[in-house]
Amino acid sequence: MSVVTNTTTIGAIELPSRRNTELLLLAFAVVIPIFAYANVGLAIHNELPPGMFAYGAGFAVLAGIAHFVVRRYAKYADPLLLPLATLLNGLGVVLIWRLDQSERLQNLAKRSFGAFSPSAPNQMLYTALAIALFAAVLLILKDHRVLQRFTYISMAGALVLLILPVVPGLGADVFGAKIWISVGGFSIQPGEFAKIVIAIFFAGYLMVKRDALALASRRFMGLYLPRGRDLGPILMIWAMSLLVLVFENDLGTSLLFFGMFVIMLYVATERTSWIVIGLLMSVGGAVVVASFASHVQARVNAWLDPFGCYTTSGACEQVGQSIMSFGSGGVLGAGWGQGNSDLIGFAANSDFIFSTVGEELGLSGVMAFLLIYGLIIERGVRTALAARDPFGKLFAIGLSGAFALQIFVVAGGVMGLIPLTGMTMPFLASGGSSVLANWILIAVLIRISDTARRPAPAPAPSPDSEMTQVVRPS
Amino acid sequence: MSELTLTVMRLGFLAVLWLFVIVAVQVIRSDLFGTRVTQRGSSRRGGAGGAPQQGGRQAAPPQQRQRRGAPTKLVVSEGILTGTTVALAGQTITLGRAHDSTIVLDDDYASSRHARIYPDRDGQWIVEDLGSTNGTYLDRTRLTTPTPIPPGAPIRIGKTVIELRK
Repeated sequence: MSVVTNTTTIGAIELPSRRNTELLLLAFAVVIPIFAYANVGLAIHNELPPGMFAYGAGFAVLAGIAHFVVRRYAKYADPLLLPLATLLNGLGVVLIWRLDQSERLQNLAKRSFGAFSPSAPNQMLYTALAIALFAAVLLILKDHRVLQRFTYISMAGALVLLILPVVPGLGADVFGAKIWISVGGFSIQPGEFAKIVIAIFFAGYLMVKRDALALASRRFMGLYLPRGRDLGPILMIWAMSLLVLVFENDLGTSLLFFGMFVIMLYVATERTSWIVIGLLMSVGGAVVVASFASHVQARVNAWLDPFGCYTTSGACEQVGQSIMSFGSGGVLGAGWGQGNSDLIGFAANSDFIFSTVGEELGLSGVMAFLLIYGLIIERGVRTALAARDPFGKLFAIGLSGAFALQIFVVAGGVMGLIPLTGMTMPFLASGGSSVLANWILIAVLIRISDTARRPAPAPAPSPDSEMTQVVRPS
Repeated sequence: MSELTLTVMRLGFLAVLWLFVIVAVQVIRSDLFGTRVTQRGSSRRGGAGGAPQQGGRQAAPPQQRQRRGAPTKLVVSEGILTGTTVALAGQTITLGRAHDSTIVLDDDYASSRHARIYPDRDGQWIVEDLGSTNGTYLDRTRLTTPTPIPPGAPIRIGKTVIELRK
């Protein structure tokens, strides 16, 4: 017991920063996609794919940069978020490259657009950009609490981002959904970024109004019913999400925003009544909109009877095709490059990319992917629990809630659990906006978790101890 | 490419993917915000010779300079931040509504710089009210001077109650 008496070493005892764990997992997360890439090449072309080591090295360098930035600027951050996101992004690129190799898809593109252009190089490019953005967020955002100042600005910003796609001349109508804007040859999906911006507003707003929303209520049938005037904000968000649904034909975005608000409201107030009210409102809104918007109606019909679509000419076979590809995958899957999920044709590498996972990796692969997503969400919620400031708590829960909702809505849609909504699987699906926005989301979560896990700052020199030092003879 | 090779690769890939998931879950298991430190403290008391337990994945435990039975964490037991814990690592912990506080209290009864908790030179934790409007209470008494915190005593600030625990 002699060690206990040593009182002379005074220095901050550091909590484990766990950066080495992160590096190890990150190396693992880089090797797995390279393995997958080699596997696809061997299965389709009978040879190792071209430039395997160059691409692998490039991917490793990107991951290394991200790790270095985290090590340098967010030392105490959660060790899992970065490797999990890296793995998903890497496998996403491989999935997209695998679908690029499909002759069916190449012919389809040539018939419809006159030329085929592979998506994997673009996705690689956007991944590199996204890592740069990730680093920039960690470098610039030293403390997430700064964002609290922009509560109402971010509300305005999010509204602008949501409205942009319907602005004539700027918005682009792609296959019925107006969720794109085209700027200088690039098409951007502003909704993906609005997701993060609006989380700032919800967190800042609910932090201030929480008490009014939680305490001023009447008890009725075991539920706390809020006062009429406190219903204002939820009604406004509801109306806004319905407007998005009606004017942009975008079920996914509308569901995401309303669901995120209800989740954050529940976390802020601890009142179950908000969940009940939110569910009733979204069901009511969905029923009303479905009764007159044909776009939504078609989606619901395809969901209720996915195989009936083959007999009618509704151009709605995708859900049925997707379900079949999950089915033909079985438990262990057909193997990389050996499935026929490219039969889905249109949007096979964006909205329906998860069907390729289902067919080629099988149920076990799908479960592994969902667990990886689940781990990201779990780390986000854990960050929220550990955060020491209410704004950070709500912000982290809002971001992870939005992420969770998005996974549920996309995976549920392609598996036929809920009507298809046309959102993108984070990190997997082809599309620049989605990759960029989700890496920003991960960067913000890493920043919040760094603040939450960082040991308390060094003590300010107290006047007493200094006096003692002056008096002590040396 | 032969059927056998492809089958082996297919199963191999699934195995590697699941191995990653399992390793990630293992990381979470051992990443429970410093509770491991608490376990060591208590197991050491029973053992003789001061031989530290093995398990070098974590950083060195703070047992060298901590008094025996000294609290290792601060737990918020009532109020909005209920359940939040902060590891006590020999540093000052500030409480208040100011955004740069260690624990940010979102409470109408808290001042922006309400109180601080710090160790004195013997490692005893002291709570000091920083001239708050509504006061800091240790048990039931309002603090006027920096006061040592007895183990398990609740410190009340507005609607928030915190405790130091081992």
